[in-house]
Amino acid sequence: MPLFNVNENYQNPTAEGYYGAFGGAYIPEMLYGNVETLKTQYLQIMQDPSFQAEFQQLLKDYVGRPTPLFLAERLSKEIGATIYLKREDLCHTGAHKINNTIGQIILAQKLGKKKIIAETGAGQHGVATATVCALKGMECVVYMGEKDIERQAPNVARMKMLGATVIPAKSGSKTLKDATNEAIRAWINEPNETHYIIGSVVGPHPYPDMVARFQSVISEEIRKQLKEKTGTELPTHVVACVGGGSNAAGAFYHFLNEPTVQLVAVEAAGHGVHSGLSAATTQLGTPGILHGSKSIVMQTSDGQVVEPHSISAGLDYPGIGPLHAYLYESKRGTFLSATDEEALESAFHLSKIEGIIPALETAHAFSVLPKMNLKASDVVVVCLSGRGDKDLATYMEHL
Amino acid sequence: MSNLELVFKEKSKRILNVYCTAGYPALDSTMKVMASLQKNGADIIELGMPYSDPLADGEVIQLSSMKALANGMNIAVLFEQIQDMRKSISIPVILMGYMNPILQYGFEAFCKKAKEVGIDGLILPDLPLFEFEDSYGKIIKENGLDFIFLVTPETPDQRVKKLDSLSNGFLYAVSSSATTGKDKDFNVVAQYLQKLQALQLKNPILVGFGIKDKATFDAATVHTQGAIIGSAYIQQLSKGGDIETITSQFLNSVLSA
Repeated sequence: MPLFNVNENYQNPTAEGYYGAFGGAYIPEMLYGNVETLKTQYLQIMQDPSFQAEFQQLLKDYVGRPTPLFLAERLSKEIGATIYLKREDLCHTGAHKINNTIGQIILAQKLGKKKIIAETGAGQHGVATATVCALKGMECVVYMGEKDIERQAPNVARMKMLGATVIPAKSGSKTLKDATNEAIRAWINEPNETHYIIGSVVGPHPYPDMVARFQSVISEEIRKQLKEKTGTELPTHVVACVGGGSNAAGAFYHFLNEPTVQLVAVEAAGHGVHSGLSAATTQLGTPGILHGSKSIVMQTSDGQVVEPHSISAGLDYPGIGPLHAYLYESKRGTFLSATDEEALESAFHLSKIEGIIPALETAHAFSVLPKMNLKASDVVVVCLSGRGDKDLATYMEHL
Repeated sequence: MSNLELVFKEKSKRILNVYCTAGYPALDSTMKVMASLQKNGADIIELGMPYSDPLADGEVIQLSSMKALANGMNIAVLFEQIQDMRKSISIPVILMGYMNPILQYGFEAFCKKAKEVGIDGLILPDLPLFEFEDSYGKIIKENGLDFIFLVTPETPDQRVKKLDSLSNGFLYAVSSSATTGKDKDFNVVAQYLQKLQALQLKNPILVGFGIKDKATFDAATVHTQGAIIGSAYIQQLSKGGDIETITSQFLNSVLSA
């Protein structure tokens, strides 16, 4: 059984938000007040009993947690190992994103904020944010790349129906990177009344840690459920797709310091890792600063951030959360990738053999299973981070 | 005494710092724009190094950065262009930019080269205080460059004093928490600038963000030593035409008595 070096720093970044060499808060002074307030208060607020009571109650009664851990028998037989699916696709709004938005909306209320802004790629985080804003009666503005607005029309409609304003990001590559820039600029322009709900484990400290903690409910449940089903809390592998990396951070969190558990992160290789049309950040990137933290960034030799490509809007991001950069660098995590075509094949295959239509993002995680040389004794948990309804237009083109 | 300090010693009021984007409007415009700014009354030049993801910049400067990058601008090209700038430019020149391109160039190599070509100081909006004190500040100082921090109306007084103590040349007062190129309510700005004045800081104050014409320049400089104009000038350059004509018309209108 492989043994991986573990480090308590994986779960607890330094006071300045560093995981090894990655993290920090590279932000203009205009954001200092907001970020400092978050930094000094987030742990305290999150540990407060009244916060926890409301958070747990909403996760249960509104989100529908705990989500099932499902033994995928036909897939297991085909792969030759025991495969469990963590059904985040069954969360309210169709993906794991709402775990974080529920946490952050309660936090925003405790901070006395009146308005919420968010960025979104595939629209799942935008929908999850618009949903919790409707729930709490707060104003919601979502920034979304113009290109993503076109390819994720159902989610745009959902956000509008939930009362959110969707603002197209027209700068740069017009995708998630630029939506994030626009959201940060909007926050700079109205810092006092507004809270920015970042959707992934990216951004300046304390966002990566805060979002990882909100998403850690995924691995907390996996441990309990696996114990009930198999008698042991620990799988041999946890597999999750990674764009910024929030579902992976949540699925890995309570296994980060378990040296027998192999953590497998699957990036989007687009047309192929070295095709020039890819979003496999760890394979193509170098250390750099993007959206307020130091991490691994896809960039030119003179430090301009490059336009990534993935068929899945949610993975179409040229960076990765600093926790994941550290998992990659320290080799605690195994980073694999899947192409657009492989992800599409996996989406169709999973639909046919398990009756579950996954999101395109999630489909990437399934593509690596046949390549992992799994043994019959292996117990693998795949984080089924979202459902595929939003991707039907793309799937219909390939029926 | 640094060149920046000299400017404030020789002239205590209405100091004009003008921002321009390197490699804009054309790749080889950099030196022409700088010469024109000097000729038409700018006291300091803030030379922007374009970046693909400039978080603190509004649309006008973003667009100029995208154009400059498309023109082929990068830090190495810029240093070639300004290699001999001290033969013609005598006013202080500050480089403004974001951390990522500088880290790829090599932070220490960047500071060394900047000093070598005659750059006086740096404004790096996404280099935070912690990182400055932890590592980068030492390299900046060792290479004899001034560093200018930004402060905003939301920056607590104690922190303003701290940022002032670490800055050299001047302190950059952002008129309100905003990206560049947004209009401001100058009554509110005036109150803020009076408050800064009362803190009796080590450095002179230049106010920036929202300064776009004679009226705003006059208002901004009542309580400070000077102001910084960026987006409004880039906006003029974006219309096209002769750089010298555009610059002289714009600066004359701002500085007219």
